[in-house]
Amino acid sequence: MPVDIPATQAPAARHAPVPKPGDPLAIQVEGLHKSFRIPTHRVDSFKERLVRPFAARDYRELQALQGISFDVRKGEFFGIVGRNGSGKSTLLKLLASIYRPDAGRIRMAGRLAPFIELGVGFNMELTARENVVLNGVMMGLTPGETRRRLDAVIDFAELEEFSELKLKNYSSGMLVRLAFSVMMEADADVLLIDEVLAVGDASFQQKCADAFHAMKAAGKTIVLVTHEMATVEEYCHRAMLIDGGHIRQMGDPAETGREYLKLNFERGVDTGDQAPGEGAGGAQLLDCWLEDAAGERTTTLEHGERIRLRAEIEVEREATGLQVGFVLANADGLGLFEFGTPVQTEEGSDAIPAGTRVLVKADLENPLAPGRHFIHCGAQSTRGGGVYSYVHNALDFVVFGTVGTKGIVSIEHEIEATLEPERKP
Amino acid sequence: MTTTTPDAGLRDVNGPSALGGGRRRFFDLLWLMSVTEFRRTYFGTVFGYLWSLVRPLMLFGVLLFVFTQVFKVGSGLDDYPVLLLLGIVQFTFFQEATTAALTSVVAQEGVVRKTQFPRLVIPLATVLTSFFNFCLNLAIVLVFILAWGVEPMWTWLLFPVAVAALFVLTATVSMILSVLFVRFRDVAIIWTVLAQVLFYATPILYPLGLVGEEEFLSQRIEHLLMLNPLAVIFEQVRVWMLEPSAPTAAEAAGGALHLLPAVVIYLGVCAFAVWIFNREAPRIAEDL
Repeated sequence: MPVDIPATQAPAARHAPVPKPGDPLAIQVEGLHKSFRIPTHRVDSFKERLVRPFAARDYRELQALQGISFDVRKGEFFGIVGRNGSGKSTLLKLLASIYRPDAGRIRMAGRLAPFIELGVGFNMELTARENVVLNGVMMGLTPGETRRRLDAVIDFAELEEFSELKLKNYSSGMLVRLAFSVMMEADADVLLIDEVLAVGDASFQQKCADAFHAMKAAGKTIVLVTHEMATVEEYCHRAMLIDGGHIRQMGDPAETGREYLKLNFERGVDTGDQAPGEGAGGAQLLDCWLEDAAGERTTTLEHGERIRLRAEIEVEREATGLQVGFVLANADGLGLFEFGTPVQTEEGSDAIPAGTRVLVKADLENPLAPGRHFIHCGAQSTRGGGVYSYVHNALDFVVFGTVGTKGIVSIEHEIEATLEPERKP
Repeated sequence: MTTTTPDAGLRDVNGPSALGGGRRRFFDLLWLMSVTEFRRTYFGTVFGYLWSLVRPLMLFGVLLFVFTQVFKVGSGLDDYPVLLLLGIVQFTFFQEATTAALTSVVAQEGVVRKTQFPRLVIPLATVLTSFFNFCLNLAIVLVFILAWGVEPMWTWLLFPVAVAALFVLTATVSMILSVLFVRFRDVAIIWTVLAQVLFYATPILYPLGLVGEEEFLSQRIEHLLMLNPLAVIFEQVRVWMLEPSAPTAAEAAGGALHLLPAVVIYLGVCAFAVWIFNREAPRIAEDL
């Protein structure tokens, strides 16, 4: 069966040379420290300064970066990831000479594009042409050079018809295209980029992807700050994870991406916030948790990692025909599947005496798509005793992974595509 | 780290500064920004430039009426209308430039916080834009002066010196205001009042050196006024451009030596501007 596989990369750029240790450095950062003074009471007028001369001295010191050291080689595509407030944007601003470091040293080779975000230098009152010239000069080109490149920039952005239009009349998509073209044309050696890749419509995105690969092939050094793990894995040679102003992980992008997701979800999960039990009583869920391969409790699972569910139930009244069941639901509350087991004593009797504690162990394959999931837990009698206990959202956990999947589960499958011999051109 | 790392070609990155990123880029940006803004403001719309003339001309009309018909301050002086016009055009430049520069750094927040941009360009470009407008206005005033019947004099050649002095003062005051406004937002209000005070503390409405019947200010007050660098400049412009017989700044001050305080104040403003701008420039992005 013929399958239409969209080409996602320009073929030539696929084989960009990978920078090796020993290649010349483009950026060298040693022991970078940066802290901010957050005034507990901000004094922003002279009047206040006069009335309360010492108010400004009350401040909290926020340590944004605490000793960051790394090297980026020439031609390297280097990713920086981290949670909000981890210091990654501060780092980028230090590299871009927007902030001044408290301590440490930054050294750089080649010409740096002084932007960390697209289109910041744009003046909405000016036409596209005027803005391109202004931006070019900001990037360190001479006005003459910029004017020579003007047409190429406008062409790349596909904005020929609108070049004399003021930017305030542009759509946001057009703005982004223009900004991106300006950056591409600046011809800087080192580029610092803060989350900009997912811009424009599909065809422009494709163009950007090609352009990025072309820049990679041309030996440009690029430092990219992003939340998008897929971007990091697609483009970056190396990636660095920053957490609380420290480097937590540096190296392989895929590994860094996984570490980042783990970090992200560890903190996002509330624990000990179980819904109160419902049911007629007779059994009580004491605890419910997930274990990792080493038997440690966890609230996060990597995509594909087996689900090791544990639950502890105390039987309060003698129960016959007791059955423990679980429902696995996704973040939308949709029940994905259920599973359960009857409880028997060691002698094979289904009459469980009061006071017994039951430990349930369930090991499941994990076809779940990345995201948050919930487990509801119930205990009931198969002999008409009704529901002893039901706890909605007894447990919630997060499946993390860098696979993007449409759908709620991914199922093992075989698929192949072949060309039909008689239809070959 | 590998020991064979060739780190040749690495240069220190020193963080943001007033001039940051090379002298050529600084001047390119300054020129381009001020010219673009000037074109946009004064030639973008039909009445663009004419519009900018309306304000000083209206002020001139009103003041001319009030001070020749109501208060009779200027009626003793033949050249009063041209003197008034020249003074208003000069002061309008000073006031408009400083007021625009005051908010300029804050208004360009995006550029300051997200790009490595030489900080000094921002207030200076605003001043330069106003200066281009000032030059156009001066051309009109010159036509007016000639039409009024003032004979061209060799001292007209000295006028650029006075304009340069006014430009430097305007630029340095703008530098101070623009960085102070980042931290203290009531600077805007304070400056509105202060500029008003300066307007009256400069001999624009009232000519100096009138005696006898026409005497308007006592000698003492005229001496005091000469503490104001703007007053010194304006008075000297009057002598050079319109009335060689009018008291020079030195005469109004009561002797050349008495001009010293004004000179010290002038240089003090310049030095303070350079010092505070250099001190604040690296921190602007954080304080915004």
